[in-house]
Amino acid sequence: MIKAILIFNNHGKPRLSKFYEHYTEDTEQQIIRETFHLVSKRDENICNFLEGGLLIGGSDNKLIYRHYATLYFVFCVDSSESELGILDLIQVLVETLDKCFENVCELDLIFHVDKVHNILAEMVMGGMVLETNMSEIITQVEAQGKMEKSEAGITGAPARAVSAVKNMNLPEMPKNINIGDISIKVPNLPSFK
Amino acid sequence: MALKIVKGSIDRMFDKNLQDLVRGIRNHKEDEAKYISTCIDEIKQELKQDNIAVKANAVCKLTYLQMLGYDVSWAAFNIVEVMSSSKFTYKRIGYLAASQCFHEGTDVIMLTTNQIRKDLSSPHQYDTGVALTGLSCFVTPDLARDLANDIMTLMSHTKPYIRKKAVLIMYKVFLKYPESLRPAFPRLKEKLEDPDPGVQSAAVNVICELARRNPKNYLSLAPLFFKLMTSSTNNWVLIKIIKLFGALTPLEPRLGKKLIEPLTNLIHSTSAMSLLYECVNTVIAVLISLSSGMPNHSASIQLCVQKLRILIEDSDQNLKYLGLLAMSKILKTHPKSVQSHKDLILQCLDDKDESIRLRALDLLYGMVSKKNLMEIVKKLMLHVDKAEGTTYRDELLTKIIDICSQSNYQYITNFEWYISILVELTRLEGTRHGHLIASQMLDVAIRVKAIRGFAVAQMATLLDNAHLLTGNTQRNGICEVLYAAAWICGEFSEHLEDPMQTLEAMLRPKVATLPGHIQAVYVQNAAKLFATVLRKHEGETDSHAAQETSQLLIDRLPLFVQSANLEVQERASCILQLVKYIQKLQQKKVEVAEEVTALFAGELNPVAPKAQKKVPVPEGLDLDAWINKPPSESESEDEKPKAVFAKEEPKHSRSRHTEVDEKELARRREARKREQANNPFYIKASPSSQKVYDAPGVEHIPVVQIDLSVPLKVPGMPMSDQYLKLEEERRQKEKAERKKEKKKKREKRGKERKADSGPESEEDIAPAHQVDIVTEEMPENALPSDDDDKDPNDPHKALDIDLDKPLADSEKLPVRTHRPEVLKSPAEDRVNESIPQETKKRSGKEKKEKKKGKEKDRKRSKEEKKKKKHKEVEEELLESHPEEAVQSEETKEAATPPTSTSAEASELDFWLCSAPVPPAAQEETAPSSAAAVDTSSAAAPESEPDEPKDAEPEDTKSSKHKKKKQKKEKEEKEKKKKKRHHHHHHHSNAGGEDSVQNGTVEEEEPLPPMSNYFLLAENSYIKMVYDIQGNHQDESKVVVSVIFENKSDSFLKSMEFNVLDSLNSKLQRPEGAGAHDSLTVPFQLPPGISNEAHFVFSVQSIVMPQKLKGTLTFIVKSDESSTHEKLDFKLHFTCTSYLITTPCYL
Repeated sequence: MIKAILIFNNHGKPRLSKFYEHYTEDTEQQIIRETFHLVSKRDENICNFLEGGLLIGGSDNKLIYRHYATLYFVFCVDSSESELGILDLIQVLVETLDKCFENVCELDLIFHVDKVHNILAEMVMGGMVLETNMSEIITQVEAQGKMEKSEAGITGAPARAVSAVKNMNLPEMPKNINIGDISIKVPNLPSFK
Repeated sequence: MALKIVKGSIDRMFDKNLQDLVRGIRNHKEDEAKYISTCIDEIKQELKQDNIAVKANAVCKLTYLQMLGYDVSWAAFNIVEVMSSSKFTYKRIGYLAASQCFHEGTDVIMLTTNQIRKDLSSPHQYDTGVALTGLSCFVTPDLARDLANDIMTLMSHTKPYIRKKAVLIMYKVFLKYPESLRPAFPRLKEKLEDPDPGVQSAAVNVICELARRNPKNYLSLAPLFFKLMTSSTNNWVLIKIIKLFGALTPLEPRLGKKLIEPLTNLIHSTSAMSLLYECVNTVIAVLISLSSGMPNHSASIQLCVQKLRILIEDSDQNLKYLGLLAMSKILKTHPKSVQSHKDLILQCLDDKDESIRLRALDLLYGMVSKKNLMEIVKKLMLHVDKAEGTTYRDELLTKIIDICSQSNYQYITNFEWYISILVELTRLEGTRHGHLIASQMLDVAIRVKAIRGFAVAQMATLLDNAHLLTGNTQRNGICEVLYAAAWICGEFSEHLEDPMQTLEAMLRPKVATLPGHIQAVYVQNAAKLFATVLRKHEGETDSHAAQETSQLLIDRLPLFVQSANLEVQERASCILQLVKYIQKLQQKKVEVAEEVTALFAGELNPVAPKAQKKVPVPEGLDLDAWINKPPSESESEDEKPKAVFAKEEPKHSRSRHTEVDEKELARRREARKREQANNPFYIKASPSSQKVYDAPGVEHIPVVQIDLSVPLKVPGMPMSDQYLKLEEERRQKEKAERKKEKKKKREKRGKERKADSGPESEEDIAPAHQVDIVTEEMPENALPSDDDDKDPNDPHKALDIDLDKPLADSEKLPVRTHRPEVLKSPAEDRVNESIPQETKKRSGKEKKEKKKGKEKDRKRSKEEKKKKKHKEVEEELLESHPEEAVQSEETKEAATPPTSTSAEASELDFWLCSAPVPPAAQEETAPSSAAAVDTSSAAAPESEPDEPKDAEPEDTKSSKHKKKKQKKEKEEKEKKKKKRHHHHHHHSNAGGEDSVQNGTVEEEEPLPPMSNYFLLAENSYIKMVYDIQGNHQDESKVVVSVIFENKSDSFLKSMEFNVLDSLNSKLQRPEGAGAHDSLTVPFQLPPGISNEAHFVFSVQSIVMPQKLKGTLTFIVKSDESSTHEKLDFKLHFTCTSYLITTPCYL
């Protein structure tokens, strides 16, 4: 079982948090902080497994994480999951995000956290892995996106226009746009599929 | 109207959407909290609008805020509103929000049942998908029970997208509603062979999760999984299956044998490291499960170790880590094969990655031998010096101690070396493990008699340099060591070179800054030292020196008398008075040394931790009997003498501050004396028993020759290295000697050592000096037990269900049936029944929120509006859908023949036996609960323990023979089953799940006899058991059948049955009777007779479990007298008790 999936940036700001067991908001924040603390002080090029996330679960659990550019992707899993399998799953998640957002960067995750949730929902459901095949995931996500668009229809058009204008007007957008792409290529791991 | 819509959408354009919110938060970095609170106010406004788009937008923003740690549970109702939108876009937003913040305590969840059901049966697959995804996060026991059937239907949906989601969510349903597991399992099993790989993988996933917790119930699926394993190409599925096999093999060694070959093939063929790793892991599990005497498996071990070596040598840190992890599993059973890779593991100790170093440390534990212990520890000591983080250093410290002390110091050949290692470890700054070092010092000094002289010398040095340890306040943990040092110096003071100096060191004013319990030990042991000093000086007829010592104590002890610590104070003042008295005697030139030493006579022996508990109670001793007459007050006090007995541990005599009155103390003392008198292991304090220093037991201890040229007395100098050198030299010398006298066998000198199982040539290494490890004392025949109980709160315990038993009538998922009154007034009734508190609560909350600066009248009108709106939504939610009846019809197809399962079990055996089985096939000692074994039908494989014995692999004849036998057995068992089945009728059975098997499929008569009666109430006269059954004709009524059994030898008559009605359930009384009148039971009971009466209850809502209080009054009539008796009971209506028995259609 996957107990939680966390995405936060190099400063520990949460970009997505998905807990498959209930915690109060305070505990969730504490878990994120603690996880960030554990993960951030580790060098690059050391192993991606960490034992003893103290807050979630207990000794059976492991943190499996990957660090891409500015973001940490952390999965908290118990012993029924294969460590290397989860690493591959993280890779699949990132690659899928990359496809869906077209060169994903941290900003995409910041502004479209709902969309990230929807993508994740096609991969992991209630803590169990639902789909690992990237093209299948993308097909489903895109089909749902189409449905959304067709529902918005004409009434959605003005809102879209306005939000486009808003985006254009905002001075910070171009400022941040080069925050860094997520480097997708990760060496040393034979592909899973 | 149209205008309104347009206006709404124009308004919406200028509302803040999620992106705006995020942007806003980023622009207000300084006052983020303030900005967000204004945003939340805006969101509250938006949620009040009618436009669902606005609401959805608001909920979307709330989801984001939830991630930032804001509590959004106040909007739960709005989330439900958004969930029930007909547009997919909004629905998805609603479900996402719900999945992020709903949980079992969320009260509005109960409103969602119908909405979710509607979405599940939606024609659009994405509606269904979104509902399933959401539900997987917030499913509650109620939702699971109500929706289990709908989800099960979806498992056979035409779209694989839905099928796989439905299959996955079943795991969550099982967890919340364990009763659904058995009815749903056949279909789940079917999905293992689904044409779609995604669905297949989901089913494997679910079964693996289930089997991980209760593997023995899934053993019968092994052939199926085996087939999947050899045919599947999906690595994800393969990994899961292989992991599952890892969990199954410990239960069935024959399975392991069958697995080895295909797994080895996979190991050779696969290129995916993840798969390779899991294969190796499972092979290891198999090898562990097979008892070790299989020579042909050494090849598999070699293969595993080889592959792991490749992993560990890989540059990828992840593989290295996992390799070490798997290696440690092999280590437990096959230490030799791992030991050959010592070089590699030592290399990993230098890795820059802490996780890897820790794993390597774990491995080291099993790698040490007498030969290399010193070398390895030396290496670790270097790491200790280098380590930067305190956690890692502490870990190293504990590992060093673990490694050295493992299996009773098996690998230590030179305890001088070990003591000096311990002393070196005290130089660690800021360690938390001071007490660990201290207890090791104590342990070694007490148990290794030969080392005492050396240990005392070292401890004296430590005490002398105590300022090094205590100088820094940060080193708090380490001063614990002084506790050990002081005790050792005091207790074994006869070994001290210069007791006077040590005594002086122990009485320095600085000692007063130490923690209380350490000071107490200092004071006490100062007295012991004093006794030693006196003895020494008395021989010399130099009374002056002795008197000086007394004066020293008299000068210094007042400091401790003033101590705030009670223990220190008490000991100090006692000893002070004693010394003063001694001084007087000294002045009169009286010889006192003999008597003073007698105070501390006697030798302490180590006692095993649990030894005292294990002392058998001598015959004729009743521990529960009162020793003195009990004081009338408390009853619990009588436990205390026992507790004292159990807790007593001579080694850790730290001060325990308990406040007990004197009486109690006296009583306890008395009790203790008795216990001690009966305890052969208690060292009696009678002074005549042993005079310490000339006791015969001590003389034979070989005093170690200490080479004092080694600069022992310089503190802070690493000296353990010297031992390493010495050791090497010694070994070389020995080798040379051995060459000379080749054939003379050396006697093994370690007397009471455990037979060692160390690596080869172990015996060649003789200990450096004679070491006499005093083993811990234990009462005869007592074994240290290790009984650890499983966590009773584990949710998976409820899922420990035998899945091979045929399904019973009573077992099916609750299907929604349309109740007459619900049809009459679709929603109103139930809304009124179940929602009122709900709406009250909510409106109460809303009121609070609204109080913030709002005019009162406006509020009131709004409030009303709100309530109306609530009701509307409720009605919508509770609307019933006629299509569902059709759907439940579908499920009937999946009926499973009841005999197939028992056949399956023997199939499993057959399948397993077709692999070569050695004659000594291991029997299982399956610790399955007794109840499960004796009631389980032929299906459970472990109920046939005699089968594996019969299995003879070589000749085919026997296998044929066996088949026949199996058949016979099967038949027999079926017969038995039938018998048992009849037997069970009308039998009270209080054991929850067990009762379900009683009803079987064979019976199709209308209204089968009740099977699961539960105990209702019982006293010395009468016993009542009851069962609740739904009613076919009138679905608003349930029949409660109560069996009354007369247990007395009197006649019971005029029984009256009464129940306090609740809003939801009412006892049906004859017309004209009042609401509180009782019903007369229509019969009387002669002694020993039982009879059954039926009572009808009308029930409003079946979703509410109920407990009704009731009473039974009756008259007991015996020959002489008749008395009026009363028995109270509680009638428990669970939701499942409303199920109506219909023919099995699963």
